[in-house]
Amino acid sequence: MRQLPVVFKRELASYFATPLAYVFIVIFLVLSGVFTFYLGSFFERGQADLASFFNFHPWLYLFLVPALAMRLWAEERKSGTIELLMTLPITRAEAVGGKFLAAWAFAGIALLLTFPMVLTVNYLGEPDNGAILTGYLGSWLLAGSYLAIGSCLSALAKNQVIAFILTVCVCFLFVASGFPLVLDAFSGWAPQALVDAVASLSFLTRFDAISKGVIDLRDLLYFASLILAWLMATAVVLDLKKAD
Amino acid sequence: MIEIEKLTKRFAQHTVVDDLSFRIQPGEVLGFLGPNGAGKSTTMKMLTGFLAPTSGSARLFGFDIQKDTLKAQRQLGYLPEGAPCYGDMHVRGFLEFIAEVRGYRGAEKRSRVARAVEQVELQAVLGQSIETLSKGFKRRVGLAQAILHDPRALILDEPTDGLDPNQKHQVRQLIQNLATDKIIIISTHILEEVTAVCSRAVVIAAGKLVADGTPFELESRSRYHQAVTLVGDAPLDEVALAALPGVAGVERNEREHSLTVLAQPGQVIFPHVSALVAARGWNIKEMDVERGRLDEVFRTLTRGEAA
Repeated sequence: MRQLPVVFKRELASYFATPLAYVFIVIFLVLSGVFTFYLGSFFERGQADLASFFNFHPWLYLFLVPALAMRLWAEERKSGTIELLMTLPITRAEAVGGKFLAAWAFAGIALLLTFPMVLTVNYLGEPDNGAILTGYLGSWLLAGSYLAIGSCLSALAKNQVIAFILTVCVCFLFVASGFPLVLDAFSGWAPQALVDAVASLSFLTRFDAISKGVIDLRDLLYFASLILAWLMATAVVLDLKKAD
Repeated sequence: MIEIEKLTKRFAQHTVVDDLSFRIQPGEVLGFLGPNGAGKSTTMKMLTGFLAPTSGSARLFGFDIQKDTLKAQRQLGYLPEGAPCYGDMHVRGFLEFIAEVRGYRGAEKRSRVARAVEQVELQAVLGQSIETLSKGFKRRVGLAQAILHDPRALILDEPTDGLDPNQKHQVRQLIQNLATDKIIIISTHILEEVTAVCSRAVVIAAGKLVADGTPFELESRSRYHQAVTLVGDAPLDEVALAALPGVAGVERNEREHSLTVLAQPGQVIFPHVSALVAARGWNIKEMDVERGRLDEVFRTLTRGEAA
């Protein structure tokens, strides 16, 4: 893993070399503000917490994070630089991990720039700052999960738009897997254990728990293993598809 | 030393590289020839570890590219076809990235980059982003990237494709300068390049090896090897020329009063031809002995006919 930081550094710098980074950050900040204050009724609720801020993150990320992830591998394949990268003396894990961590760090930077929310809520009342901190952690883990899914699908598709659409769809399934929308497709025929298993895959229930300040080791493990599994899938897909 | 053994690559039902075997020693500049789609790039992609072969193996200095991928890849510099680079990076940033991946840090990194930049003359564009560069400069960035760590083997996929004659000359000179102690493999379909820089030529067609030898040996397989071309100011006596010992035939050229006298394989006919010219007192404006026409050998070989 010695070369992972090198890949990471190059990748992160490449976000800021194009307008993409700035456009992404601005849209993210504006939308999260709009959602919090208008849809989330931040003031009307009269409570000193950031629930109305975090509640919308799964839906906000559903469209923003795939836009970030779609370029991860699709662009390398399209421009042919994947051949350069894969013939340099770095391992698959370094390449996949480095690129993913760069995207995740970038998402983290965008998330940290929402700090005026924290200042606002601290100015207006006396919030539980520990809960806010776990909220940020949960939100970042959620972004990482979306990114790992996007990384794999971006390796699968040569076209960035297709990668984007596929990622939105798969992420939506993961978000919605706790809802009747998805569960009804299983409950008619599948054993209860499978229905429960599908329901437990949902991002929403786990994210809700973390964003309310409850850190359960199982939830952390869920996000970590989900990210790892999708990254390993990315490496496998790359090996199979890189030359197409 | 690079050892390629029974290397085969199949995509679906289509065999792209078919049972290819050869060895390359340090100091050799190997021209890898073949028509488009013959499997040159695919072979190079397998040699560099980008593609896994369907069967067979490739070893670079003792390291199997499949089993010891990283160690094998450290030994080589590779310029992929079309010289892909990260377009949004600056030239200096890109080369520093490559240097870091190759394990260089600090002063060593800077001196490696500086040396590579000097070798391919990139000083003028160091601060520019790669996507704004001309094709020639992009190709040179790709070359700088490949030679930065002073590799023992260089694999260049069409290094002069799309360059102007001056840039081609420059790249060839660079290759010759590097050639002394390295293995260099160049794929190309420009035949003049082979005579200009290569010490050995391997021709493949439809994935199979069809010829392997020095450019001179390849040329000597041409019907025109040792042929004598004459240009006179009056009609020449074809029958007398054809009757000379060792002559295989006489061809008329498009130019007026110009004939090419073909030699039988292994025969040297120039003395006889010049003796005949002197005996008849022909007024000859030009007389050339040909080494052989590589393009003709190439066509014969890659069309699957016996040379």
